Amino acid sequence: MGRLTDGISLDKTEMRAAYCAALIGEARKNDKIVVVDADVRHSVGTEPFYKEFPERGINCGIMEAQAIGMSAGMSETGMVPFFHAFGVFATRRVFDQIFLSCAYQDLNVKIIGADPGVTAASNGGTHMPFEDIGLMRLVPGAVIIEPADASMYPAAVGYMARNYGVHYLRTSRRKTMRIYPDGAEFVIGKANMLADGSDVCLIASGIMVYEALRAAEMLEAKGFSARVLDMHTIKPVDRDAIVAAARDCGAIVTAENHNATGGLGSAVSEVLVETLPVPLERVGVKESFGEVGTQDYLQKRFGLTAENIAAAAEKCIARKRV
Amino acid sequence: MDRKTTMKAAADIRKLCIAELAAAGYGHIGGSMSICDILAVLYTDILDIDPKDPHDPDRDYVVLSKGHCGPALYATLAYKGYFDKEMLKTLNQGGTSLPSHCDRLKTPGIDISTGSLGQGLSLGSGVAMGKKLQGRGGKVFVIVGDGELQEGQNWEAVQFIAHRSLDNIVVIVDNNKRQLDDYTENICRTFDYKSKFEAFGLHAFEADGHDVCDIYDKLTAAAKSGPAAVIMNTEKGHGCSFAEIPGFNHYMVISQEMADEAIREVDRRLEASYGQID
Repeated sequence: MGRLTDGISLDKTEMRAAYCAALIGEARKNDKIVVVDADVRHSVGTEPFYKEFPERGINCGIMEAQAIGMSAGMSETGMVPFFHAFGVFATRRVFDQIFLSCAYQDLNVKIIGADPGVTAASNGGTHMPFEDIGLMRLVPGAVIIEPADASMYPAAVGYMARNYGVHYLRTSRRKTMRIYPDGAEFVIGKANMLADGSDVCLIASGIMVYEALRAAEMLEAKGFSARVLDMHTIKPVDRDAIVAAARDCGAIVTAENHNATGGLGSAVSEVLVETLPVPLERVGVKESFGEVGTQDYLQKRFGLTAENIAAAAEKCIARKRV
Repeated sequence: MDRKTTMKAAADIRKLCIAELAAAGYGHIGGSMSICDILAVLYTDILDIDPKDPHDPDRDYVVLSKGHCGPALYATLAYKGYFDKEMLKTLNQGGTSLPSHCDRLKTPGIDISTGSLGQGLSLGSGVAMGKKLQGRGGKVFVIVGDGELQEGQNWEAVQFIAHRSLDNIVVIVDNNKRQLDDYTENICRTFDYKSKFEAFGLHAFEADGHDVCDIYDKLTAAAKSGPAAVIMNTEKGHGCSFAEIPGFNHYMVISQEMADEAIREVDRRLEASYGQID
């Protein structure tokens, strides 16, 4: 039997190119889709959309509050705006606008936050969202999606285009490890099981899915069997998969490129304490602000590596025996 | 327009609004009174709307960005027949369709929810943009407060409106010169709004916000001129005798007796001004 990470390598395609291709695909089917940017179309990679649909690309300039409020107003007339900014500015900077101009009045705005967590790398602490998921989880009705690799974009963007409401897509711009084969299937709200196991379940999202797979290999070498779930939809979170993991494995480790408070770890914890409490460890950023560095450096700096997940898993398994 | 007809509409809206706030026992009387004449002109003489078809995509939109003055807009909508005038008595009651701040999901005729100051102009600019993209008719009238213009997001919106040459939106400033705590002059001086809007690339007009003919003339000119703002010079509390005071009138406790006397005074003043016109 091969290793879990066999065949996984750095994607040939950038995440932003795959995202924009998926968006253009939807926009060809639905002429109400518009792109709204806050001076980031080069960075976020929406330029091909502007080339194909020049009237449907609206670059507002550096004014996120206006961009998202304007998006909300457009959606009142039937348009389907996809608003793009770096994750910190797409959520934290305009939280009241998301809350009141969009969600509170039931308008139809899609929010794309680029550069999640440590993928902001050399842009550093000002641009490094560790709290965007936590904020968006507090918005009633909002859907939160964080793809692990480029293969999920058709499903994610398609869902956002076809379903009404405030949706947040947390997405890397650059090349990332390619977990899934072409044509892999995703159901929004349903976790993907990438490996089955019985000693512990590793629940991860985004770049941490690859780290979780590596951690499962490390655990296997030590004689532990780990289930790995890609929890690509953080809200609504897949309660059934969490309860099943608690029942089948009896220990759960969450892994997220985000503050350990407020995000995936919190979402999983809340389900567990309300259903089937089992030992849980959360791998994530602990009470820290971002800083500059390579992604590799920052993953080590903030404890977001396979080694951190494996160590948390061993601790969690040990807690089962207490 | 017919001056007397619109003045009568303004008086009726004022009286409905005072009674509505008295039914609740308290409320945002000052800023509600300052926009009654503007609302009367909009809903009597300007807007292309049909209370029986409040979702017509080609209709004119009104965004009351100073959402705490919803009671004045509710009185106007009831006056126009969007809902029964009896409903005005439910203002701010639990489960009401008339919450203190405008809510598009609760009130027939409310196009956009507001209340977090500074957001209505962005929303309105999006409605205007959406209409343009889809070739829809209708204009968007956004009413902002002078105090509200302290919020920076307004000026983001104005830059966007000017750059995109959105000629289907009109910004209406209720320049009542007061905000919650004090006169704007004492909190954050406004300087010259007309020059400010012009410097941002909009056409700008000034009107006496309590003269229905002047309001009509300037709104009509603004609607024709491309992206435009109309500075309506108003008085906070105007037309409601107990609220026409130099002291705090942002919100007031209002007894039935106060309301009854103020409503009689609205009628007396309307009769007197008819006399002046004749």
